Amino acid sequence: MSEDDTERRRRQEAELRRVWEIPRGWRYLSNCNNQVVGLWYTGTAFVFFLFAGVLALIMRTQLAVPDNDLVSAGTYNQLYTLHGTMMMFLFAVPIFEAVAILILPQMLAARDLPFPRLSAFGFWCFLIGGVFVGGSIFFDAAPDSGWFMYPPLATDTTQTGIGADIWLLGLSFIEVASIAAAVELIVGVLKCRPPGMRIHMMPLYCWYVLIVGGMILFAFPPLIAGDILFEMQRLFDWPFFDAARGGDPVLWQHLFWIFGHPEVYIIFLPSIALLAMIVPTFAQRPILGYGWIVLAAVGTGFLSFGLWAHHMFTIGLPSLSIGFFSAASEAVAIPTGVQIFVFVATLLAGRVIFSIPMLFATGALAIFVFGGLTGVMVALAPFDWQAHDSYFVVAHLHYTLIGGMFFPLIAGVYYFHPFVTGKMLSARLGRWSFWLMFAGFNIAFLPMHITGLRGMPRRVFTYPADHGWDELNLVSTFGAFTMAAGVVVLVWDVLRPGKERAPRNPWNAGTLEWVAGDPSEPWGIRSVPPVTSRYPLWDQKNLMADIDAGRFFLPGAPEGKRETLVTGVLDAEPQQVLRVPGNSFKPMVAAVLIGGSFIATTFHWWVAAALSGALGIAAIMVWLWTGTARIPEKPETDAGMGVTLPLYASGSASVGWWAMFITMVGDGTAFLSLIFAYFYYWTIHPAFPPAGDPAPDTALMVTGGMAALASWGLMLLARRANGADRPQQVRATLAGAAVLALAGGALLVLSPWQAGLAPTTHVYPATVWVIVIWTAVHLAVGVLMQGYCLAGSLAGRLTATHDIDLRNVVLYWHFAALTAATTLAVLALAPLAM
Amino acid sequence: MLFRRATPNLWTLITPPTVWALHFLFCYVAGAIICARYPGALGELRLSIAAGTVLALGLILAAGAQAYRHWGFGSDLPPHNEPTEDDQQHFLGFATLLLCALSAVAVLFGAMPALFIAECVR
Repeated sequence: MSEDDTERRRRQEAELRRVWEIPRGWRYLSNCNNQVVGLWYTGTAFVFFLFAGVLALIMRTQLAVPDNDLVSAGTYNQLYTLHGTMMMFLFAVPIFEAVAILILPQMLAARDLPFPRLSAFGFWCFLIGGVFVGGSIFFDAAPDSGWFMYPPLATDTTQTGIGADIWLLGLSFIEVASIAAAVELIVGVLKCRPPGMRIHMMPLYCWYVLIVGGMILFAFPPLIAGDILFEMQRLFDWPFFDAARGGDPVLWQHLFWIFGHPEVYIIFLPSIALLAMIVPTFAQRPILGYGWIVLAAVGTGFLSFGLWAHHMFTIGLPSLSIGFFSAASEAVAIPTGVQIFVFVATLLAGRVIFSIPMLFATGALAIFVFGGLTGVMVALAPFDWQAHDSYFVVAHLHYTLIGGMFFPLIAGVYYFHPFVTGKMLSARLGRWSFWLMFAGFNIAFLPMHITGLRGMPRRVFTYPADHGWDELNLVSTFGAFTMAAGVVVLVWDVLRPGKERAPRNPWNAGTLEWVAGDPSEPWGIRSVPPVTSRYPLWDQKNLMADIDAGRFFLPGAPEGKRETLVTGVLDAEPQQVLRVPGNSFKPMVAAVLIGGSFIATTFHWWVAAALSGALGIAAIMVWLWTGTARIPEKPETDAGMGVTLPLYASGSASVGWWAMFITMVGDGTAFLSLIFAYFYYWTIHPAFPPAGDPAPDTALMVTGGMAALASWGLMLLARRANGADRPQQVRATLAGAAVLALAGGALLVLSPWQAGLAPTTHVYPATVWVIVIWTAVHLAVGVLMQGYCLAGSLAGRLTATHDIDLRNVVLYWHFAALTAATTLAVLALAPLAM
Repeated sequence: MLFRRATPNLWTLITPPTVWALHFLFCYVAGAIICARYPGALGELRLSIAAGTVLALGLILAAGAQAYRHWGFGSDLPPHNEPTEDDQQHFLGFATLLLCALSAVAVLFGAMPALFIAECVR
């Protein structure tokens, strides 16, 4: 290496180190670097896991012997509700996001994900919401009606205390974080791959992330819609689930399980994705059947949405409906099985190195297959009628979740630990941990199948002696503590000082995340290589050294900015050098304020809630104004390897446009869930709208809807005027559009108001109101965006060539117009046809 | 356009399972509405599910024929792991073809309750 070369390397490394520096002291908390945020996220999710695990141990202690009085019935209700809630919402889903934020950029040889501050915002939302929900048990205020919160029990404010509100509002807040992470990860996989990593070359983990991100967009919004209906009933007595006033508790079950069943796969697929990375490494060969895994992942992602009512087989659905869901539940076994066979085939074809991650991986397969088989059993309605709500179901769901999610995750912990910390975990302790967990798990949960078949219902705080349940329960409790001992060994191994230093790429893996050398280097990857193989480290000669030498793209940061490459969705051809924002406290401040608004609402502190919410929106505006869509100091930059790329892109070429599109798909799904509620009520009532009840004022509603559509039309004109560089016209149309949108929103709200629709009297007016309010809020948000663009135009930030904000806002308005038109069609036109 | 495309993309990849989803939704929604409001029309429902199934299978078949073409009519077998445009197309075609098979099976599964269950019975 010449002296010039050494000097160049030293200079570039110093630049990168300075730009990506991890702040110290209290400023450490302003971090937005994925390496740090991902670690916080993972650690927090694990703390919640341990907490929920302790709750489980208290329950198992209570159930160890019959007629035990260690905890009261009330406390026990809180224990199992919080155990399920925390394991699902605060561990299983967030750990997917956490791990993906941690490893995905490295796997894609990206410096960071496209929206680092969004990741940080998501993390702070998760932390605040999680502490709020989990901490409630210390005040005897935890939710206590089961993790799926069925009405009429959970809507009854005299029988359930503030815990139900904590569940609804705390988790709604966390769901926002999940959707934020989904947006981040989908755009990351589609647009931030290294050059040459075409869609058929990307690591299988990325396929899973893409699919699970998409699933979150369609699964979480129905729950958010359900939460809105639920909370409106609890706070204001709107009777969505009250049968006496035309509501129906079964609607909640539908909305919950439309979320709840795909969620099982949302947590299962990312863990299987870890296996898809681990298995080839320890078989030391490429995965067999890459295309089959893609089939399995996409197929499972879709089919998992056709299973939700199999949680409702016993509520009296028409037998035909049961048949449809039973059939889909059996069909999903096909793609799930394909994944397992692909792993087994890869192991058979390779030379397997039995290490600790492989131990956990094989344990996972064994447990999961067992849980899958009992799943096929309970997917058959007649069997489910017998086993429903018994310990058989408890056993089944733990076999699928522990085998399908927990064991693969722990395999991932052992596998990725050196990548994250630069240290190896102990193989000896790993074996102890595995066997304690594996044996403990089976000792705890295998007997529960029998306990359940002998009739023990789930969620009972104690049971009388001599039902044939005594010994089985004692064995289960023994197993639970054995498994917990395995977890303790793992935690000790992770936390203990003096671990052995890991060599670089200790497992001799083939994918790019293992380029990472010293984890204390904050830049992610030294230079971004062109990729020509699915396993670049195995197939591309001298790759690691060349990356280190800065021979590829983005070898330095001469302009002192954080940069990463944006490439094409399918072909991964380089398109843009994306400037990503650096560390900031703004996401944290925004999360605290928005979280404060949710928390204040729980306690009915309306003024504080409104104030905190308004400040939160202001904080987000400041964050956007100061940190996004910055106009670069020059149009293009040298990306390295002799390629010059633009620094600015708008419309569908920009990552922000994709983020808006993805967010609005999720938003649209939530709206469709509300529309589903409307038509659901139509099916259960002889007449809906009920005959003789007042209907919203049609003239006002039609005028309001038309005004909203006209506002959208003006937005299209504003975009055209901006393209033609006519700023005066842009400003005039934006202002006109805002006025029309405000008028439209006001008229829509006025329509049921004028007609005297009282939402507490019957579910029809309540449903009309909730749809109208949803639409009006969307118009108001649209006005905020129009104002933002107007301000941008006046400040000279919005020009014919620099039009990210306007293009994204127009995209928002496509969806807002669709929402308004649907509202109009459903509330004003549909009753004429029905 | 999803059909008659020269090259595959992510949208053509998810076309067959989307057809399954629409078929499933149709069966469930139509079944729920008929059983809730017009239980007398069960015969018509079963016929329309049969028609919907034929339509869905037809669409999957069309998607499958296109995927077979994108795959290169099987001239190039997996693993399709070369960093070329051709291999990318062959891979997408192959994966779509697999999804067609899965979707067709799932559509048939979904239609079977309408074949065997002749009453709503709440």
